[in-house]
Amino acid sequence: MQRKDKRLTRRQFIKGFTGTLGLLAAAAYPVSGLLKPARAAEGHTGETASDARNRAWCMVIDLKRCDGCIGLGTPPQCTQACINGHYVPKGQEWIQVYEADLPGGGTYFMPTPCYQCENPPCVNVCPVAATYRDRDGVVLIDHRRCIGCRMCMGACPYHRRFFNWGQPELPPEAALAEYSPLYPVPAVRGTVIKCMFCAHLLRDGKLPMCVQGCPRKVLYMGDLNEDVASNGVEVVKLSMFLDTHNAYRYKEDLGTQPRIFYLPGHGQAFGRKPNDPRPLQPPVWGWGGDGYDNRPGPWPWGEEAR
Amino acid sequence: MRFGGAENYSERLERTVLSPLARTSNRYYYFLFFLAAVVLWGLYAFIVQLSYGLEVTGMRDIVIWGLYLVNFVFFIGISHAGTLISAILRVTHAQWRTSVTRMAELITVVAISVGALMPIIDLGRPDRVWHIIVYGRFQSPLMWDIVSITSYLTGSLIYLYLPLIPDFALMRDRLGQEASSLKRKLYTFLAVGWRNTPQQRHRLEKAIGIMAVLIIPIAVSVHTVVSFVFSMLLRPGWDSTIFGIYFVIGAIFSGIASIIIVMAIFRKFFHLEEYITERHFRNLGYLLIVSLALYLYLTVSEYLTVGYKLEVEEKHLLEILMFGKNALWFWSFVVGGMVMPAFLIVFRKLPTVPRLVTASVLVNIGMWIKRFVIVIPTLEVPLMPFEFGAYHPSWVEWSITAGAFAAFILIFAILAKVIPLISIWEVAEETGAAQPLPEPSAESRGVVRRAL
Repeated sequence: MQRKDKRLTRRQFIKGFTGTLGLLAAAAYPVSGLLKPARAAEGHTGETASDARNRAWCMVIDLKRCDGCIGLGTPPQCTQACINGHYVPKGQEWIQVYEADLPGGGTYFMPTPCYQCENPPCVNVCPVAATYRDRDGVVLIDHRRCIGCRMCMGACPYHRRFFNWGQPELPPEAALAEYSPLYPVPAVRGTVIKCMFCAHLLRDGKLPMCVQGCPRKVLYMGDLNEDVASNGVEVVKLSMFLDTHNAYRYKEDLGTQPRIFYLPGHGQAFGRKPNDPRPLQPPVWGWGGDGYDNRPGPWPWGEEAR
Repeated sequence: MRFGGAENYSERLERTVLSPLARTSNRYYYFLFFLAAVVLWGLYAFIVQLSYGLEVTGMRDIVIWGLYLVNFVFFIGISHAGTLISAILRVTHAQWRTSVTRMAELITVVAISVGALMPIIDLGRPDRVWHIIVYGRFQSPLMWDIVSITSYLTGSLIYLYLPLIPDFALMRDRLGQEASSLKRKLYTFLAVGWRNTPQQRHRLEKAIGIMAVLIIPIAVSVHTVVSFVFSMLLRPGWDSTIFGIYFVIGAIFSGIASIIIVMAIFRKFFHLEEYITERHFRNLGYLLIVSLALYLYLTVSEYLTVGYKLEVEEKHLLEILMFGKNALWFWSFVVGGMVMPAFLIVFRKLPTVPRLVTASVLVNIGMWIKRFVIVIPTLEVPLMPFEFGAYHPSWVEWSITAGAFAAFILIFAILAKVIPLISIWEVAEETGAAQPLPEPSAESRGVVRRAL
């Protein structure tokens, strides 16, 4: 039998190949229309028209004043206020205080809320636009849309996102809260959750819960547009405040442009000495429980741990 | 059963390849029941997971992904067995491929189907999968995955089906009177009116040629994009530019090993020794050692470049990987998945087939471990000032993993009873024994009829 008609000739190959490329290009055209900006919940974000001014919310954290509340002998009060105010599921600390090492020995305390990056890696990778930046630059999550793939958690270089692995165990009053991405209460099983800068309070002109809760007034809420920041006691001119205190941003070199500014010390005593025995207390969940409803046993034949 | 001495090559070929489709032993059914039981157990574990949520797994906020993603990368990896390898061999006119391609393409289709389920099982809200279609955005690497995997599945199905048409027609023509009407209808439908006219033949070969060229870039893109799910993230060990090609080569590596295993199994149980010869094993063994060498090269490049500079997070990763708690996994991949197979392939003391099959089994185990070593240790590295994370898969994850592997074998075993595992018309053509399938003589028709 003829061998010829089996093989592609060069001419046929080129014809077929360019034709295919053209088809692919034509097929790819509508894709450009699908490159939608990450704005999930337009229309049902709970945005109010009362404050039309665009904000650029940021937070300034004065490290030389933070002692992780070991002086008070309590858990960090920012974390505690956040947990109590948002009914945060057990095990998650949306604003967490880490004790980090100093190069000269000793440690310092580092409160870490969500960094609300201007170039957020988490928003980039979300396949369904469930996480997005709102008009004030706060990174929010729509828990009615999140599919729980956890790409955003993998993308976050600060480990500031948490997952509701099971049905969160919450106090009964949490059920009364009206859910909105600005105030994600009650938490939804199988979705990602994090600090959202208390955007619901900010829109009403109030300070976030952690800023209100901090006994040493370490945390300042600021607006980069208006160039002002406040910790509830004093009001500072933001740009000058950052400048004079040598502010820095954590992992600045990653290019994520976080909106959390840290103020390091100026030779003052901050943090604590290596021989200080007082421990950093873990936060408490007032409603108890072990975090999730309906926990299964460790084995298929095991009974429910509840 | 007696066959006349007049039986020629193509008749014997038909008989050998089609006889497993006609006769089924009880052992085969026991095996199917066993596999089905494992699949059902995995299904039960999935139902447990659905009712409690992902808290039944060993994954937590620090190590956010676990066995499901390991299995996902593994199955998509072995799916490269087929289509890519058979398409490359077809495009390069490697004539020995004909008796291997069908099995390779089957591996592809089954492996993608099972592998694509894994990320869905991994979702916190599998009930919202449809959000990906409704709200999907192309900026997300996950979306690239979905697009390329679905097109790969579609392409592989077409690429598997096209060369099957003449074989389906053959089976339609050979069905005896006693064959059930369902079987007759099925094969008649699948044969889409194939009459083996020169025009049909010309069109079929053209279509196969186009698909073979098209499927190569799609296959390459699939595993590149799977690697992008990891390398687009700012994590030590994943933040790498060679991840695309690293995953593609790894996929081809484990893919070739899978073909060798599948070939050996069906050669033995379906008595295909005449068509799958030692030559096929040797040739695939060459491909295996080449891809092993490439994979070794990329592995060394990957770890040497970060290990030399020891940037802090990378240093943490290499410590837990090579000396710390993941060292057992890592070194069993290096020794069991690369060094030992390399020795088995290069030194030919032992008989060819068992030697290469052992090497392939080791490679596949090693590559599963390698995927574990890619996914888990990176996630254990702390990004903030905290301790290393830990991950211990739960019984649910192990059960679903076992279920997935059983499902893979189960689907394969069932398909092996429905479609001929060797492309009869292509093998006949390659050997030149019988140019376009001759009208069977009355005698041979009777023989095959009895067989079916």
